[in-house]
Amino acid sequence: MSVLVAEKLGRTLDGEVPVTLVQDADVTIERGEFVVIRGPSGSGKSSLLYLLGLLDKPTSGRLLIDGKDTVGFDDDERADVRLRKIGFVFQFHFLLGEFSALDNVRMPMRKLGQLGESAQVERAQALLDSLGLADQAHKRPSQLSGGQRQRVAIARALANDPLLILADEPTGALDTKSSENVRLILRELASREGRSIVAVTHDPGFASAADRQVQIVDGKIVA
Amino acid sequence: MRRLVDTSPHITIRDQYRNIPKQAAEQLYPQGAIALRGVKPKTELRGIRQYRKHLSAIEALGGIRAAPILAGQAIFSFAGRNEAVSLSGIVPSKMRDVSAIDEDMVAGSLDALDVDTNGIVIGRALAKKLSLRMGENIIVVSPSGNVRPMRIVGLFETGNSNYDETQTFANLTRVQALLNRPNVANTIVVKLDDATRAREVAATIEATIGYKSVSWQEASKDLLDTLVVRNVIMYSVVGAILLVACFGIYNIISTVVLEKTRDIAILKSMGFHSADIRRIFVTEGAIMGISGSLLGLGLGLLMMRAIAAVEIRPPGYTGVVHLPVYWGFDQFLIAAGFAVGSAVIAAWLPARKGSRVQPVDILRGAT
Ligand SMILES: Nc1ncnc2c1ncn2[C@@H]1O[C@H](COP(=O)(O)OP(=O)(O)OP(=O)(O)O)[C@@H](O)[C@H]1O
Ligand SMILES: [Mg+2]
Repeated sequence: MSVLVAEKLGRTLDGEVPVTLVQDADVTIERGEFVVIRGPSGSGKSSLLYLLGLLDKPTSGRLLIDGKDTVGFDDDERADVRLRKIGFVFQFHFLLGEFSALDNVRMPMRKLGQLGESAQVERAQALLDSLGLADQAHKRPSQLSGGQRQRVAIARALANDPLLILADEPTGALDTKSSENVRLILRELASREGRSIVAVTHDPGFASAADRQVQIVDGKIVA
Repeated sequence: MRRLVDTSPHITIRDQYRNIPKQAAEQLYPQGAIALRGVKPKTELRGIRQYRKHLSAIEALGGIRAAPILAGQAIFSFAGRNEAVSLSGIVPSKMRDVSAIDEDMVAGSLDALDVDTNGIVIGRALAKKLSLRMGENIIVVSPSGNVRPMRIVGLFETGNSNYDETQTFANLTRVQALLNRPNVANTIVVKLDDATRAREVAATIEATIGYKSVSWQEASKDLLDTLVVRNVIMYSVVGAILLVACFGIYNIISTVVLEKTRDIAILKSMGFHSADIRRIFVTEGAIMGISGSLLGLGLGLLMMRAIAAVEIRPPGYTGVVHLPVYWGFDQFLIAAGFAVGSAVIAAWLPARKGSRVQPVDILRGAT
């Protein structure tokens, strides 16, 4: 079963002049697949990613996550799907500034509430370790470098063992070395752990690491 | 307030009627057009007649204690000095139930008036003024000219110097004889188990026995009205302060919510519900409310102690009086409850607004 199936997914902002962000998008993501979305600036890549990640509500079409149709879900139900099945990594790390790296990684586990406190700490530490951040666990985001922050964000995306990781220009704000590091990590997550990864990128090097590329122009998938 | 209720009689029945008795002609012809002027009223023996019957009727109402009093004027004559005093004839056993005078006795007792029917109880201030001591005899002269030697069997001191210098008590039967008013009383003093019922009980009594019955509420109407006005002012001021505090908390939480919009978006994108976000900010408001209340209670207690320590020497009073301060626990609970409650409400509004943040709106703006 596909992890994600989008059929004729569309999103139009209403207003005096309605703006179509995404139009009739058909996307299928299989388990362990690393897919890259590419396209010119303003073409609707981020908009599509928000729709796939249930951050935004489509105005048309269907979206199945792990076999379940999510159209008609209310805010809380969509939040629950995000919590259990999806991890996000954004261009800017989006960590909570007042918490340590470890607590940031723990945050989704606390909301899920399946693990006890010590088990949460253990898992968060293990995730940080696997991303080469063993010594940075107790630092605040402001005390970390850009690449380190992005790896903390990846660790947090993995907190609740998601099926799907959605990344919006995860290397957009990083130098070459850090970019390569993040790319390798995502590649491994797909190949070794069987997670599905959808990443928006402008970086041709990053795109070459993917299994498949989706091209989008003016809100429409062209390839 | 409680002091007022405790020290004064709950109901006072006097030998008066609320409405002037109608003239004979009017009684016969209520619709008649003639009014006789200058009719000379019949000379009556004033007082509550058959007071014993009335007394048992009143006591039959239940939860009620009543004492008959015949109050009049008399002159004390001692060692060539004359002193006008108020002389009240009382029944000691009944008087004790309705008045605090028994607790103010500094020598002898009210009961001695039963033992020695020639006995008299006077204020210590009066005794000092006339250089009298316990057990000494004085001559009591009534307005109608009756003269009787009486013996001092008790001294009291209430602290009210006017009262202590002019009020005296003797046996009711003795005073009736002295004042030529046998078998009457002119006042019945009533205490109730439940002082709040005084108004209706007074009305019942007045309806049954006809004499004017004044409840403490009626007697202290001016004071009670002042208290009502005071309460209205107090609650308006407290309400206004609370409102200002609410705006303060509302502002703080609004600012915090605004500052944390990005964090709210992060938490919600992760899978936190709106309710989780609301809870965070309402909790913050509640913590502010609770710590503010604790601080306020502490300050309030200090201020109350300062007020209670103020010493006042009212004119005409021998003792030192402290401002009455109510230390009841309930008022602290109510104050803190209102403060925390309004803090939570003040925090809830911005918290609700914050919880409605859609993460996608923030993400769109940021990337
Ligand atoms: N709130 C909005 N109101 C109107 N137009 C919007 C709004 N949000 C986005 N758009 C428009 O929608 C289009 C798609 O935006 P989107 O952010 O998805 O593009 P993108 O492909 O991610 O671009 P980039 O590569 O620059 O990140 C853009 O043309 C943008 O101007
Ligand atoms: Mg974008």
